[in-house]
Amino acid sequence: FAGLADVSIAEDIPVEGEITVPVGAHSPDEDYSTLDEPVRETIMRDLKAVGKKFVHVLYPKKSSALLRDWDLWGPLVLCVSLALMLQGGAADSKEDGGPQFAEVFVIIWFGAVVITLNSKLLGGTISFFQSLCVLGYCVLPLVVAMLVCRLVLLAGAGTASFLVRLLVVAAMFGWSTLASTAFLADSQPPNRKALVVYPIFLFYFVISWMILTFTPQ
Amino acid sequence: MAAVDDLKFREFDDAANLLAANPDATTISIDEPPEVHKNQHGRAGERGREEDDELLGTDDSDKTELLAGQKKSAPFWTFEYYQTFFEVDTYQVLDRIKGAVFPVPGRNFVRLYIRSNPDLYGPFWICATLVFAIAVSGNLSNFFIHLGRPTYHYVPEFRKVSIAATTIYAYAWLVPLAVWGFLMWRNSKVMNIVSYSFLEIVCVYGYSLFIYIPTAILWIIPQKVVRWVLMMFSLCLSGSVLVMTFWPAVRDDNRRVALATVGTIVLLHALLSVGCLAYFFDAPELDFPAPVTPVHNGTTLITK
Repeated sequence: FAGLADVSIAEDIPVEGEITVPVGAHSPDEDYSTLDEPVRETIMRDLKAVGKKFVHVLYPKKSSALLRDWDLWGPLVLCVSLALMLQGGAADSKEDGGPQFAEVFVIIWFGAVVITLNSKLLGGTISFFQSLCVLGYCVLPLVVAMLVCRLVLLAGAGTASFLVRLLVVAAMFGWSTLASTAFLADSQPPNRKALVVYPIFLFYFVISWMILTFTPQ
Repeated sequence: MAAVDDLKFREFDDAANLLAANPDATTISIDEPPEVHKNQHGRAGERGREEDDELLGTDDSDKTELLAGQKKSAPFWTFEYYQTFFEVDTYQVLDRIKGAVFPVPGRNFVRLYIRSNPDLYGPFWICATLVFAIAVSGNLSNFFIHLGRPTYHYVPEFRKVSIAATTIYAYAWLVPLAVWGFLMWRNSKVMNIVSYSFLEIVCVYGYSLFIYIPTAILWIIPQKVVRWVLMMFSLCLSGSVLVMTFWPAVRDDNRRVALATVGTIVLLHALLSVGCLAYFFDAPELDFPAPVTPVHNGTTLITK
């Protein structure tokens, strides 16, 4: 380094340059802009994702599509339709009646949040919104049961209709619980699985109870 | 030669005699192993401790004793702090429930099952289940009681769920707060050997409410005698869990204060069960089909 001994930098010459390293070109499929596509395409893409998740709930094979790309549109639609269908059964007096719209909403969303917190506190590895998404989507069989119940009640409200409703609600309750357990149980530590599954069971039981006790005016 | 003499083996005197000869010598003492200490305390200590000693030989006791020192070190605004209250496995929760449903006289629930690992899972979900068990059973029992009446129209009575939830959760959290505050206050006046943390008291109350879940389901049976027998039975079981937990904590106190404390705890517990039975379950009247008495002007009068 002998030759560098007499190198000196004048103080009045500013030193400048670029520190940033230019990023490589984007890979082609990351770079498409969704800003210019027609609105129909945007909506259809989200609708298709929601529809795919509905199908996954109805046939729960151990796929993780529900867990990876979560969205809350499906749960919102299911919750609103269930709450709407549970209307019209309230008696005149405020006290004895079916659940109000707000009560159904609060039970479903607050219940899902509490169950998610419970599974995370017990050491689960699933993220908060993924769990909400799964629990919300698995209400689908119960919404189908509600639809069937309302149709059966149109035909009459006797013992036979009650038995039919009981069977349908019980079957859908089992389906909901099994579907959500299939999605959620893998993310729990093995010695605490039952502790996580029980609140899910209680949650769907309460929703089934609300559906079964629906009596039109 | 002195060196050879120094190398000869020499008998040493007893430690006590040596110390008596030279009191200012420095001494080193090595602690005895801990098992010996435990046995000594067991013989000199209270009844409860002795029984705990023979039960401390189980597997997870060592783990929990070690872990007790490492718990709750995270600040209370982090998620990890609350995770320390959920360090229970399925079999532990089931064990605790079993201990609350089958109380054995002399076995303290907190010392035996909680062992400084109180959890919030049991109290929270047992209360949630109890709320819905009471609401659903009350609705079902009212349905069956009023089934034959022509004027009866079934209603789901959903309002009662929120009332049940408020009552049960308030009981399971505010009463332990009051009991804990009271015990802390008495501890500052009288030196008690046994003292519980707030979460341990919440745990005892939560698990002691478990027996009411099957009781509420059985309350569907519309017979007054059956209901009262069930209530007495479950009150005895859960009340005894509470009494056996809190009696060691107050028995060193003034006799009257101790009895008043335990009496209040049992009284509040009884009030809860009587209140739930009275409010959520209608009284089963002796309901037969209404007799029809013909009146002379031809109209029929239906009497209840």
